[in-house]
Amino acid sequence: MNHEKSSILSKVNDSGTLNWEKPTSHKFEFHLSNSPIFHYITILKLSAMATINLKINGKQQVVDVDPKTPVLWVLREHLNLVGTKFGCGIAQCGACTIHIAGKATRSCTLPVSQVEGKEITTIEGISGEGDDPVQKAWLEHDVAQCGYCQTGQIMTATALLKENPSPTDEEIMEAMHGNICRCATYTRIRAAIKTASNS
Amino acid sequence: MIPSVFTYKKAGSVSEALQLKAENEDSKFLAGGHSLIPTMKLRLSSPSVLIDISKIDTLRSITEEGNQIVIGSLVTHAEIVNSDVIKTKVAIMSEGASMIGDVQVRNCGTIGGSIAHADPAADWPAILKTVEATVVIEGESGKREVNVEDFFQGVFTTDLTEDEIITAIKVPVPASGTKGTYQKFMQPASRFAIVGCAAMLTISNGVCQKARVTIGGAASTSFRDLGVEKALEGKELNAQNIENASKIAGNGVQMTSSHFATNSYRQHLTKVYTQRALESLI
Repeated sequence: MNHEKSSILSKVNDSGTLNWEKPTSHKFEFHLSNSPIFHYITILKLSAMATINLKINGKQQVVDVDPKTPVLWVLREHLNLVGTKFGCGIAQCGACTIHIAGKATRSCTLPVSQVEGKEITTIEGISGEGDDPVQKAWLEHDVAQCGYCQTGQIMTATALLKENPSPTDEEIMEAMHGNICRCATYTRIRAAIKTASNS
Repeated sequence: MIPSVFTYKKAGSVSEALQLKAENEDSKFLAGGHSLIPTMKLRLSSPSVLIDISKIDTLRSITEEGNQIVIGSLVTHAEIVNSDVIKTKVAIMSEGASMIGDVQVRNCGTIGGSIAHADPAADWPAILKTVEATVVIEGESGKREVNVEDFFQGVFTTDLTEDEIITAIKVPVPASGTKGTYQKFMQPASRFAIVGCAAMLTISNGVCQKARVTIGGAASTSFRDLGVEKALEGKELNAQNIENASKIAGNGVQMTSSHFATNSYRQHLTKVYTQRALESLI
């Protein structure tokens, strides 16, 4: 067995600095093979598929995917639940937030096999007709600007209100910290959550 | 955003996980995935096999065994924040856990995964050193326990060997009259500690009987500040004594310099946060 000390960042050297391997420079040209979806398909082709049972928005769904596929891509590519957005892909921005057993969770770094048998809720499932108090407050405050991050914002906000029905401003800011909005609609997000919490 | 191609395997038990680890060289255990998967997507790490241990339910419990609290390695930060046992017996841990990352990270990230990753800016190393925790490790050759002080060896480096897995973290219940707090100056986006101070004092009649002070984030690995501890023990806990002790915090330690904070700034923050943490305990 290999008894070397383990280190997740295998490229960290003894002095603790990262040894970046500079990629061979090349001129970037747009080509389908540069797009993430192409790589995703390539990886899929190379991988073992499995039948996975999911409970999404109260409905049983069966998908035939590679078990390591991020939940985000199963939702978007296999089940056409495209309300959940791809933002950064590395658990930084919160755009892909969904609920796993009622808790706000990022779907971009979550292998689908980890959520088998768990209750999954996406933006499509939080209300019948977009009439969840949070969604109504969002409209009332006209929160969205470009709108891309708003699914994640609403999912984190609804999870917060389920746990804490009347949060203070500070608790709202703390709970919403993991969701970034490049249009900086933060003050309206906070106001809408306040409105929803009072309704 | 696309990791190198890797194979994904699932382990249903600790022994199966160890067997898969032995069979697959260049493999990594996957728990909450909030450090490992981003590093893989950034191609800072490219294991050829991931062994998913997240379904090993025996590693998910928080139990009290005698005078110790045993926390399974797959317990999430959020579960530690909400655990009644931890809140009442070692509140510093639930306070510290509530400051890790953001709510989504806390809902997925696990204590075992965090310490195996051993990020120098993470919060657990400082907190666990202050509460004098022990890491329970299992390998093909059996079980062993390592004092958390010896577990962390440097930047992203621990005492774990390639064929071992962390199964639990044991925390002794502090003596009565013990109070603790974790305070940090954080990078505002990632919320990783630029400097964090985990302090725990056992106080009797206003006199400090025992002090444990650990600084995290500031240097290449978290460190117990024995100078500060010595300056507090046996002394009356008043503002003057705390100020005197905090003045020497971090002295002689080579601090990290980065674009977030220079080493002299971290040296300064170490003293400030030590003082704030200690003052909040009296």
